[in-house]
Parts: sequence; C-alpha cells; structure tokens
Amino acid sequence: MAGVSAKEVLFEPIFSNNPIALQILGICSALAVTTSMNVTIVMCLAVIAVTAFSNLAVSLVRTQIPGSIRIIVQMTIIASLVIVVDQVLKAYAYEISKQLSVFVGLIITNCIVMGRAEGFAMNNTPGMSFLDGVGNGLGYSVMLLFVAFFRELFGAGSLFGVTLLPSVNEGGWYVTNGLLLLPPSAFFIIGLAIWGLRTWKPEQVEEKDYKLSAHKVKEAF
Amino acid sequence: MAIRQFLDGIEHHFEKGGKYERWYALYEAVDTIFYSPGSVTGTTSHVRDGVDLKRIMITVWLCTFPAMFFGMWNIGFQANSFLAANPDAMVADGGLRTAFIQALAVTGAGAGWWDNFVYGMAYFVPIYFVTFAVGGFWEVLFATVRKHEVNEGFFVTSVLFALICPPDIPLWQVALGITFGVVIGKEVFGGTGKNFLNPALTGRAFLYFAYPAQISGDTVWTAVDGFSGATALSWAASGGLEALQQQIGWMNAFIGTIQGSVGETSTLAILIGGLILLVMKIASYRIVGGVLIGMIATALLFNAIGSDTNPFFNVGPHWHLVMGGFAFGMMFMATDPVSAAMTNTGRWCFGILVGVMTVLIRVINPAFPEGIMLAILFANLFAPLMDHYVVQANIKRRLARG
Repeated sequence: MAGVSAKEVLFEPIFSNNPIALQILGICSALAVTTSMNVTIVMCLAVIAVTAFSNLAVSLVRTQIPGSIRIIVQMTIIASLVIVVDQVLKAYAYEISKQLSVFVGLIITNCIVMGRAEGFAMNNTPGMSFLDGVGNGLGYSVMLLFVAFFRELFGAGSLFGVTLLPSVNEGGWYVTNGLLLLPPSAFFIIGLAIWGLRTWKPEQVEEKDYKLSAHKVKEAF
Repeated sequence: MAIRQFLDGIEHHFEKGGKYERWYALYEAVDTIFYSPGSVTGTTSHVRDGVDLKRIMITVWLCTFPAMFFGMWNIGFQANSFLAANPDAMVADGGLRTAFIQALAVTGAGAGWWDNFVYGMAYFVPIYFVTFAVGGFWEVLFATVRKHEVNEGFFVTSVLFALICPPDIPLWQVALGITFGVVIGKEVFGGTGKNFLNPALTGRAFLYFAYPAQISGDTVWTAVDGFSGATALSWAASGGLEALQQQIGWMNAFIGTIQGSVGETSTLAILIGGLILLVMKIASYRIVGGVLIGMIATALLFNAIGSDTNPFFNVGPHWHLVMGGFAFGMMFMATDPVSAAMTNTGRWCFGILVGVMTVLIRVINPAFPEGIMLAILFANLFAPLMDHYVVQANIKRRLARG
C-alpha cells in the first residue's frame, strides 16, 4: 500500500473504515463486554495492544513466513500476545479481569486481529503495521465505548460505576431498562450507529442487491 | 362536497414546487381518509379485487372493537370488584383519571356496567392516545423524509399495540414501546409491506425485556394500586388444571372476566371480531387453523406425557385457547399479512409453528409465562424461509411435469 500516509493508516479505521461498523468484524465481544464502561475500556486497551503488537511482530517476520503455514504462524504470535495481556490483567486489574472472564482469551479469535495481520501486516513495513494495528484497535474501541455508554447509562443508570440516574430500586426515579443489560441490545445500538454513520458518510452504503422496478400509476378518473 | 373542494383548493400547495411540498405525506393522509384515491395500477396487475389496503386495514381496526370495548369494561369490572370488597384501597393514581371517573360515574363506585366502562376508559383511552400520537409522529416523520405515503397499516398497529398493554402500564413506557415497534420493527426496513416482524409485537417484546416489572407478573393487571391478581397463566403454572378450575372457571375465562392485558381477556369478543375477518378473507383461515392444530396437538401431547413436578402439563387445549393472549395473537397477530407466510402451504406451516411454540414456551419454559408473543415473532423469522421452500417445491414439481 504505497503512498498511504501514516496519518491515514492511523485514523482511517476510526470512522471511514471502522472494523465493526463497516467491516462488521469483532461483533461477539462488542455484545459481551459492553455492559459497563470500566470493563469496556480495559477490553479496548487489551485489543489495541494485541492488534498493534501482533501486526508489528507479523510484519517483522513477514518475509520469513512460508505462505502455506502463515495462518498458523500468525495465530501463534497472536495467542502468545493474548496470554501476556491476560496475565498482565490478572496481575494488575484482577477484579476487571474476572468480569472479562473468557473474553480476554477470546481476543485470539477476534477477526479484527487476524484480519489485520493477514490483510495489512503481511504486505507492509513494521512501523506502518504497528500504526494500522493501533488505528484498528481505536476504531474497535470507539464503537465499543459508544455501545457501552448507552448500555451502562440507560441500563444501569450509571457511567464508570458512578450513579447518574438514581434508579427506582435505590429510591430514585429512573426505571432501569433491563433490555440494555442483555447482549442483544448491543445489536440494536450497533445497528443504529451504523445507520447514523452511513447517513453521515453515504459512500459506506453498499450497493443494493436488487432494485424494485418503478411503480406506475395512472389516474382512473 | 365541501371537503373535496377544500382539499382540491389547497392541493397545489403540497405538490412539487408548492409552499408545503415537504408535508405532502400529511396532505395525502388526510385526503385519503375522506376519499378513496383515484389512482390505480397502470401495468398488468395480478389481483382483481374491489378491496384495497385501506379498506382491509379499516376492517381489521373495526374488528378489534368487540375486544376493545369488552376490555375497557373488564378493566373497570376487575378494579371495581376489588374496590367494593376493599373500600379502603385508593383509586390508582388520582389526579385527572379520578376526576374523569367521578365526573362520568352515575351510581358511585361498585355497581353498573357503565361505571365499569368509564373506569376502563380512563385507563385505556390514554394508552391508545399515546400510542396513536407517538407512533403517528414517527410514521409521519419517516413518510416525510423517505417520501412514501402515510399508511393505514398504522391504524392497526396502534390499536393492536394498545390492546396488548396491561391496563396500568406507565404511559412513557407505552410511548417507548410503540416507538421501538414502529421505527425498529417497521420503518428501518422501508415501511409497511417490507417489515418482517409484526410491529405491535416488536414493541411489546421490547417492553417485555426492558421493563419486566411493569408488563408481567401478578401486580400489573388490575388498575388499582398495590393489588396483586394472578392471571390464568400464573394459576396454571403454579397449580395446573385444578387451580384453574377452582380459581377461575372455564366459562369466565372464555367470556373474559379475568386478569390480563386490555384486549386479550375475552376469547368470545376476539372470536367475534376474528370470525368477521375470516369470513371476509382478510385473515387467512389456514394460519388460524394451523395455530389451532399446533396448539391442540402439543397440549394433548403434554397431557399424555404428564409430569409430577410441572402442573402445567395437565392443562388441556380448551384452557390454552382461553388463557393469556392466545386467541388475540391467533386472530390478529399471526394473521398479519405482511409478516406471516404468503403461500398457502407456508401458511399452514407458519400457523402450526406458532401453535407448537406457544404451548412449548408456556409449559416448558419457566422464565416466560406467556408464549404467543415470542412464538409469533419466532415464526415471523421463518416465514420467508417457508415461502422460499414452498415456491422451490412448486417449481420443481412443474419442471418434473415436463
């Protein structure tokens, strides 16, 4: 990808080529870890770290990897990084790592990480690959934080664990929306976010699979 | 013809280039309420019939009236019976409603069908009004921005949605529910005819998962504060057939003097409206028949299996028919021509799936007391698939014929 500036590589994935909103990757974790902002931020940092360093590492050895086993090599690199991240979280943020449970481990299977390693890092210099990893991690994070913001605010009446809308159960006035604490609600929020994004940037709208033919009307009387 | 002249007189303001061009959808809606539109399909049309979408929708709307009026009476009947037995209990939220009830009541609390009716009106009319105003707002907004017509389908959606709410649901929840139903259930897919879920049920499902405390359980069905009255479904879940017969009695459940959502209690009133729909061929008898067959078969199967721990297993099909929202869902929701299957064989399959799933959810799943809402939404998802295979099979059969 010659002639692409570092700035573009870093910032394109945030809105113009968002891994969740445009490429529709990494949806599972977007559903699972977005009930509270604290947990979400830790998850985002973990994904940014893994994507960036796996891109860097894959790019460093890209000329040495035999084409036939490249996926296995990438997986090994990614899995090692995920284990490192998991151990760091357990050491320094034990409570949150318990809430994230398996989802840190499941970063291995996050399509964004694999996709960037295979799609970008295999053909680009280490520096650019690192930036691309950070950029895609940021794109993922923007979307997750957006989802988590609404889910925590309207689902639990708080942000970062601080109560903003005192709920009825605790003597306040806000009736918490139970749907937002269930994973499917993230689908609705992501869908609405994609709707908003594509209204703002119409070039992201896919071509229609079919076109309804025009409805011809004539006046009867 | 004064209205016609007036409408024609202002029409040019709303046409292309006119002053109020962007409000054309509103003008069109008002115009077509008073007069049938003069435009007909110019290309070869497939259907030759005097009935059009508007007439179908208005008929469905009218057919909900027996259930609606009975529902209003029943709200009052349930509340007044309770108040007569416990004179100390307060009328639910005072204020406007109490003033309205006291202004129109003739004989004081307790007796008379008119009092019951007025009491129910004080609860149902605000629900319906909010549904209509908020849902109508979204409908007109989308019609204006997307340049399609405001559709009478909304008449039906709004009345169906209002009828499946519990009587003392907070009005802001009504507004949220119909918003979700109209926007997510219908408009994001392109409006009437392109939605694959029933919008009214989508809205209710949203409320059901978002605010379970206000839409299910034993405390929401009677419009009196602090009153806890079990629905037929919760009697069945806790005590099975015996509890049902002791506490309610089949005839009461059939006529509808039981706890439940506004329009769903009276199987009799629903069947009256439903029969009209069937006779006019607006509701497909195949779907209704399928739902009945599926329900009866599954209920009989559970009766045969039996269970020591789950008393619901012994409840027979005649009880399933009159409990909860089964009759209402079968007649008015499952037969929605847009979200149900379109082919005849597909309609049978669709109906049977709804019936089977309803009983399955009611009896087996302890988390959901009522199954018909989820069963219909579930079957809605499969309707296009059923149609696809029916059409493919037909193509194959005709090819084989040579």
